[in-house]
Amino acid sequence: MAALLVRIFSKSCRQICRPWGACQAGWRSRSTHPAPDTSTDQGWVSFPPLQTFSEEESMMREAVKKYAQERIAPFVSKMDDNSAMDEEVLKSLFEQGLMGIEIDPEYNGTGSSFFSSILVIEELAKVDASVAVLCDIQNTLINTLFAKLGTAAQKEHYLSRLSTDMIGSFCLSEAESGSDAFALKTRAEKHKDYYVINGSKMWISNAEHAGVFLVMANVDPSVGYKGITCFIVDRDTEGLEIGKKENKLGLRASSTCPLNFDNVKVPEKNILGQIGHGYKYAIGMLNEGRIGIAAQMLGLAQGCFDATIPYTRQRMQFGKRIFDFQGMQHQIAHVATQIEAGRLLTYNAARLKEAGRPFIKEACMAKYFTAEVATLTTSKCIEWMGGVGFTKDYPIEKYYRDCKIGTIYEGTTNIQLSTMAKFIDKEYDH
Amino acid sequence: MSGRVLVGVKRVIDYAVKIRVKPDNSSVVTDGVKHSMNPFCEIAVEEAVKMKEKKIIKEVVVVSCGPQQAQETIRTALAMGADRGIHVEVTGKDYEQLGPLQVSKIMAALAKKEDAQLIILGKQAIDDDCNQTGQMTAALLDWPQGTFASELTMEGDKIKVVREIDGGLETVKINTPAVITADLRLNTPRYATLPNIMKAKKKKIANLKPADLEVDITSRLEVLRVDEPPQREAGVKVETVDDLVARLKEAGRI
Repeated sequence: MAALLVRIFSKSCRQICRPWGACQAGWRSRSTHPAPDTSTDQGWVSFPPLQTFSEEESMMREAVKKYAQERIAPFVSKMDDNSAMDEEVLKSLFEQGLMGIEIDPEYNGTGSSFFSSILVIEELAKVDASVAVLCDIQNTLINTLFAKLGTAAQKEHYLSRLSTDMIGSFCLSEAESGSDAFALKTRAEKHKDYYVINGSKMWISNAEHAGVFLVMANVDPSVGYKGITCFIVDRDTEGLEIGKKENKLGLRASSTCPLNFDNVKVPEKNILGQIGHGYKYAIGMLNEGRIGIAAQMLGLAQGCFDATIPYTRQRMQFGKRIFDFQGMQHQIAHVATQIEAGRLLTYNAARLKEAGRPFIKEACMAKYFTAEVATLTTSKCIEWMGGVGFTKDYPIEKYYRDCKIGTIYEGTTNIQLSTMAKFIDKEYDH
Repeated sequence: MSGRVLVGVKRVIDYAVKIRVKPDNSSVVTDGVKHSMNPFCEIAVEEAVKMKEKKIIKEVVVVSCGPQQAQETIRTALAMGADRGIHVEVTGKDYEQLGPLQVSKIMAALAKKEDAQLIILGKQAIDDDCNQTGQMTAALLDWPQGTFASELTMEGDKIKVVREIDGGLETVKINTPAVITADLRLNTPRYATLPNIMKAKKKKIANLKPADLEVDITSRLEVLRVDEPPQREAGVKVETVDDLVARLKEAGRI
């Protein structure tokens, strides 16, 4: 059937009448299985469903799926209990090339695309949201910032390390500035050819293991946010203190630490991009990172759902499977629809970004919606599992705890909604 | 020993899928079902790539016979480290009837054409469990064979093969060129890392038809019917040994 579809799509001009074939194939397989591969170098100009992937993307997804099941799944429970990322897992993430997905092979990266990163994050999140966020921050924030803004020397020095063995952290939030990010107080004072950074950051992910920190500090508070500059600070810089990690409800294996900067000397050459443009970079990167978080929430929801349905098909009460009760069926179908909708929002936002088209509103929608869907899905899944869903013997309660951060970090739900509203307002300007 | 190794890989229904028989009992359902590389073929590819990394051989050529989708399987092998692929296109009815005899004829022809010094295959495919292709290929080429290999060691221009047999382990030494079939404990196949998947895109896959190799792939077998195994029935508990004997007699077992 798949081969037949590919031939029909590639040869005839009757594509418009044929989409039902693709829909059928998509319907017969579960929503986690993509529609048949339609290679874009076949040159046909039809409109494939959003769940169409290039051969490269499909292979990546399959490889990560297998890897996550075999090399990460066995550690998930332990990492959650100990609130610590396993060293083996960290090492294997690098070995598999998952930490430098978009980095050029020139710097030991994989040299693949943004959409591949999204698929990788989704697949990882199905198994462990903490591992997914580590991978997401590295790929969508750290690597992208270096690749887009780095000087040749900075790229040379950092990109090859980032793709091989070094984790990065993005330091924007402070105790007094979360959503109000530009009210950050960390100061960078200029002296000759170096800066001295003083201040503190909070809620910094990956901090426990990071080798490099991208620190947003203000060089000139008198000009407000236009003084915010991005500094590259190596872990072993004197005066940089990494505080004790937070004891969190969820995403426990992902380290979240406060940072203290006590007269930290940073050479001028460690400024990433231009002075005073830090706020732009932060907004820009967070717009893309948003899609990554959407992929994480999506994977989380799907992973939770996938772990629950088999139970509902097995568990018998009143002489039939609990799945067969109409009340259950309606709830399950509703949740499945929400997940599918979240998937389409996420994939579409990613494709828009890749196509160089405006994508910010869509990225906000994807992040906001998938975070809500993750909350709904995990909550319902615990109910469907009944008593066992409430125990730590089953993975469901972990998904439930992990999902909550989705509505909070990388732009709270309220911020997403306000941003969307601004765009909507503009759309009606003429 | 240096030179070229030919590795055969087969695209089969994924091992985790629940197999269903078509309503007309003609074959199993394959449409929309997840397929992947036969696990024993993965082990074969891994062994060949390992030999290349140890510089025992120079080139790993991966072969698969089947329809368009067989190329995915070849690409996976390329992502594991094989150098290039050969896709022998067999489609439709021909593909449904493609069996070890036909594949071994193709492998033999390719071995001669590519001047291969070693052929490594999986010991059997998990869909038909034939366990014949390796042996037939060796016979057609008149090459020695080391089947059910759980360990391979090159010794000059000979290979020492430790074979897993019913009685335990058997060690044989065979001349090259030879055919090896891989058993479960030969190695643990590597994951295709993402960078290798990208590199695999640039590797070449040649397209051939069986006719190009002058191989006749007509089948001598006809599948009459495919049935699911009988449903397992519930067991019966008995209280005494006398009961047991009586029941067994009733069922005509004794």
